[in-house]
Amino acid sequence: MKVPGIRKRERPAGGAIDLVRADLARRRRTVVTPEGVPLDFLLAPVGSRFGALFIDFVLIGLVMVVTTGVLVYLGIGVFGLGTAGTRSDPIGHALQFLAVLWIAAMFLLRNAWFAWFELGPRGATPGKRSQRIRVAARDGGRLTAEMVIARNLLRDVELFLPASFLLAARDGGGDLGPAGIAAAGWFLIFALFPLFNRDSLRAGDLIAGTWVVEAPRTKLAPAMSRTVAGPSATYRFGEAELSAYGEYELQVLERVLREGRAESLVAVYQRICAKIGWEAGAGDERAFLEAYYTQLRARLESGMRLGRRKADKHAGHGHG
Amino acid sequence: MALFEMVRMVGGKAVRIPGLFGRAPAAEHDSAIAAAALRSDRFRQAREADWKRLERIVARLEAGSLRSLSDDDLLALPVLYRTVASSLSVARETSLDAATLAYLEALVQRAWFQVYGPRQGLGTWLGRFFGGGWSAAVRGLGLDLALALAVMIAGTLVGWLLVAGDPTWYGALFPMDGADPRVPGATRAVLHGTLFGQSGESGLGIFAAYLFSHNAQIAILAFALGFAFGVPSLLLLVQNTATLGAMLWLFHGQGLTLELVGWLSVHGTTELFAILLAGAAGLHIGRAVAFPGARPVLEAAATAGRRAATVMVGVVLMLMVAGMLEGFARQLIEDTGSRLVLGWSVFALWCAYFFAFRRTPGKLS
Repeated sequence: MKVPGIRKRERPAGGAIDLVRADLARRRRTVVTPEGVPLDFLLAPVGSRFGALFIDFVLIGLVMVVTTGVLVYLGIGVFGLGTAGTRSDPIGHALQFLAVLWIAAMFLLRNAWFAWFELGPRGATPGKRSQRIRVAARDGGRLTAEMVIARNLLRDVELFLPASFLLAARDGGGDLGPAGIAAAGWFLIFALFPLFNRDSLRAGDLIAGTWVVEAPRTKLAPAMSRTVAGPSATYRFGEAELSAYGEYELQVLERVLREGRAESLVAVYQRICAKIGWEAGAGDERAFLEAYYTQLRARLESGMRLGRRKADKHAGHGHG
Repeated sequence: MALFEMVRMVGGKAVRIPGLFGRAPAAEHDSAIAAAALRSDRFRQAREADWKRLERIVARLEAGSLRSLSDDDLLALPVLYRTVASSLSVARETSLDAATLAYLEALVQRAWFQVYGPRQGLGTWLGRFFGGGWSAAVRGLGLDLALALAVMIAGTLVGWLLVAGDPTWYGALFPMDGADPRVPGATRAVLHGTLFGQSGESGLGIFAAYLFSHNAQIAILAFALGFAFGVPSLLLLVQNTATLGAMLWLFHGQGLTLELVGWLSVHGTTELFAILLAGAAGLHIGRAVAFPGARPVLEAAATAGRRAATVMVGVVLMLMVAGMLEGFARQLIEDTGSRLVLGWSVFALWCAYFFAFRRTPGKLS
């Protein structure tokens, strides 16, 4: 797909790309903001979107049941006020009003639920919010009301029609006849549309110019070198020892340190010691790793400032 | 050096195996470690307060509590957004702290959604919608309006001709409903009775609401099916107008044509107009997908989709009006002349609004 202002990031170069990295690279799209800052978006995985849809349906169903219950309760209350007299007395009018209310509520729940929430500041329905995903404009511009309305008007053919066909098939004892099978196949094209294009676009996304992206809410983790300032002084590593690893390993190390699970600390500690030719002891893994992390990062970052980067341990030495 | 490290080994600590790597220049080490806070972390510490402030403001905006923000914060938002965006660019080039980068990426993204988001209330949008956006979108459908109209007229003719040729078609066009007296062979009196004399009925409100909900769902379907190159939209138009043609034939046979037209006109001018717009909107998308012209197909589809969506909001509103006219006005007005006047003046109003009202409301969004 080619949209102005958007380019696909190149895959990270270098050695063994594990599945996670490949998946992230596949889902990453870069939008350049008006300030010229390239912003990375991750397309929402189909699983999250399906989960969000399921949650929304459960919620819509609940609201429908509750609304119906309340209106029936009110109706019974009103009806109880007087005898079931002529249909044009005030009680009859009140009952009519409740019925009109019910029809309007069902219509709105079916057609306006998604659009209403997606027009809000979070750009997400409760289901999407729970999955940390949201709707965004594909061209990097603003998400407008028409886009949200357009993408949600198509839900009818994408979901309700296939669903009613399936129900009809069930009621008909599974026998649809050739025309029914053709129609079911036709509607399946819409329902399964997101699985067959690179951007996981629904038919609605396609005509609205939107897509669904991850909307992470990350907390600022404490700075690493502030917490490690003390003990890092005990270990010093030479140029050769620090050049054993690159940015990818540094990030793995950072994650291990932030998670702080004892067994992974020990495992990483032993691998690093083996790699750089130190003899591993025991009991002081954290201090060692923090020192190594800080010094490796200092080295890699000073390389960055000089325009030398080292993606991972397989990459060249990055200097000389 | 080796001796110094041998001493440290007592504590169970890691030790460099002597001789494997050469001696490192000790002086360089000491200076690097003395600045324990890495340069990139010092960069972060200097700006952290701004980041946190932006995060607070964005969180409030996301919660929709615009009023709880002070004017200071609101004014600071764009500035802070740019500051943090530039922090992100710098950090990408100088820092390898993955957690901080992830935080900044997410924060800039969230702020970007708020700064460039649909920060416009429903009221403003409606104002623009009624103040020219809707009629502009309808006119923007252009050729598709004419196509849909032609298809609807053809559908009516087909319905008429089919039933005129073979009255059994009537049953095929109208879903069989045993209670409906409007069948071929019905007497003039029976048919007349279905057009007049229902003003005593109650339950008109429910009837109107039901009609609206039903018709709006059909209109949305007509629109949504347009995605499939517009063909299903056309079929839906034909099917709906064919029943109209069949009904005209039936009443024509008993000399009740004008009465039927009057009966239909009250709401039909609005309802059929709305269905016409829905079909044309669907067709508009279908044509954009099938014949995108010089533009990329996705871009063409998106432009058409947004215009058609605007039309569709209007269609739903029109059907609400039609439901009200059908549910109340038609049953309460018993005279064909008044029905015709009412129906066609409403029609004239719609036409004037769509085609004569050419105010540009700025960009609708």
